[in-house]
Amino acid sequence: MIKTDALIIGAGPTGLFTAHQLKLIGLNCEIVDNLDKIGGQCIELYPDKPIYDIPAVPECTGEELTNNLINQLKPFDIKFHLSERVDEVKKDNDKWIVKTNKGTSFTTPNVIIAGGVGSFEPRKFSVEGHEKFENKSILYSIKDKNIFKGKTVSIFGGGDSALDWAVELSNNCNVNLIHRRDEFRGAQATVDKVHELTKLKKINLFTKFQLKKLNGSNKIESIDIEDDDKNIKNLKTDYVLGFFGLIMQLGPIANWGLNIDKKTVEVDTEKFETNQKGIYAVGDICNYPGKLKLILSGFHEGALAARACFKLARPNEKYRFEFTTSSKAIKNRLGVKGD
Amino acid sequence: MAKITYIEHNGTNHTVDVQNGLTVMEGAVQNNIPGIDADCGGSMACATCHVYVKEDWFDKINKKNEGEDDMLDQAYEPKKNSRLSCQIIVSDDLDGLVVDMPEKQT
Repeated sequence: MIKTDALIIGAGPTGLFTAHQLKLIGLNCEIVDNLDKIGGQCIELYPDKPIYDIPAVPECTGEELTNNLINQLKPFDIKFHLSERVDEVKKDNDKWIVKTNKGTSFTTPNVIIAGGVGSFEPRKFSVEGHEKFENKSILYSIKDKNIFKGKTVSIFGGGDSALDWAVELSNNCNVNLIHRRDEFRGAQATVDKVHELTKLKKINLFTKFQLKKLNGSNKIESIDIEDDDKNIKNLKTDYVLGFFGLIMQLGPIANWGLNIDKKTVEVDTEKFETNQKGIYAVGDICNYPGKLKLILSGFHEGALAARACFKLARPNEKYRFEFTTSSKAIKNRLGVKGD
Repeated sequence: MAKITYIEHNGTNHTVDVQNGLTVMEGAVQNNIPGIDADCGGSMACATCHVYVKEDWFDKINKKNEGEDDMLDQAYEPKKNSRLSCQIIVSDDLDGLVVDMPEKQT
């Protein structure tokens, strides 16, 4: 069981800056995120898109913003738990017990939800019966590519993941690549490679087709794919891989006894506390009169929630407001030499 | 101003007046019409405001934006007449527009 002053759920910009604020006032914290990387929506949805409304930063991309926030955290030692989703938050006297899907557990007086629009999950197929094959013949990510050796694999999607795996698996598998239109959104070099391998008959390419039906009892034996004009092709296959990007799901947060309205959590505007004492929500996931879904609002909300955490983490101390320009204690925490 | 009809997957119709300059997505969200999630808030980053535009309207509305088809690849059951409703700007010309919503957005 990991003990911490505050646990932050979500490593997007708001979660990162909230961690900075906590460390600055002398509290420790750990961060959990379901993605395998730091940055949240900024890194997953728009790493290359320019943002123009971060105060004092005229223009930066989602990736640059993330890197700057990570740099700002450099003076501090913060433990990240990536590729882990918080599944359970339970009250234990004046503490919260938090458990992730990987079995990590925390005990903390403060839980800060900086979860954006929820956790990112792979977008799944919608055809009938897909559930019973999932994690067996239908996969949305690859952990061990050796299981496909010598098998027929049908890959759906038009982005980098679909194309990269089609190229990679064509070395020792029979690969079908199926995409709903002629254009691919992957890197041009990979698209060229796919077309080259298609000419060499190493990849069977089916464009303007989508998955229509799964055939098989215990495992998939074949699939039917259909084009816009309702023409159907049957493909023998052992595995079906879907790479349709990630969607955001509120997920387990809905079960923690919080007041939720339209996928957002209601908070007050003094502490950004939810209806549960010691659980806060900041950034896109929180809701209050006048809420703006801007990154800068998340920074403000995190700063105030951090101060509220102090009270519960250090019940016998009094919080004293200090400036980074003048406080010796803060400069010590930052590791900078000052007068 | 344009009258826009949103049809849920179960057939329920919602016809509302939407101001010029708003998007078809905003028209739905502001009128609490179920079926359009718009998780990313209109930045063309999520494909959860996906609609099917009735065939006779599809060619009349503004063309797809660069990148819109890339997002539609990730939508739930995309079809030929799929659009992201956050990329359709309302004007008087859209009076009478009908959009069907998919069974779900995610």
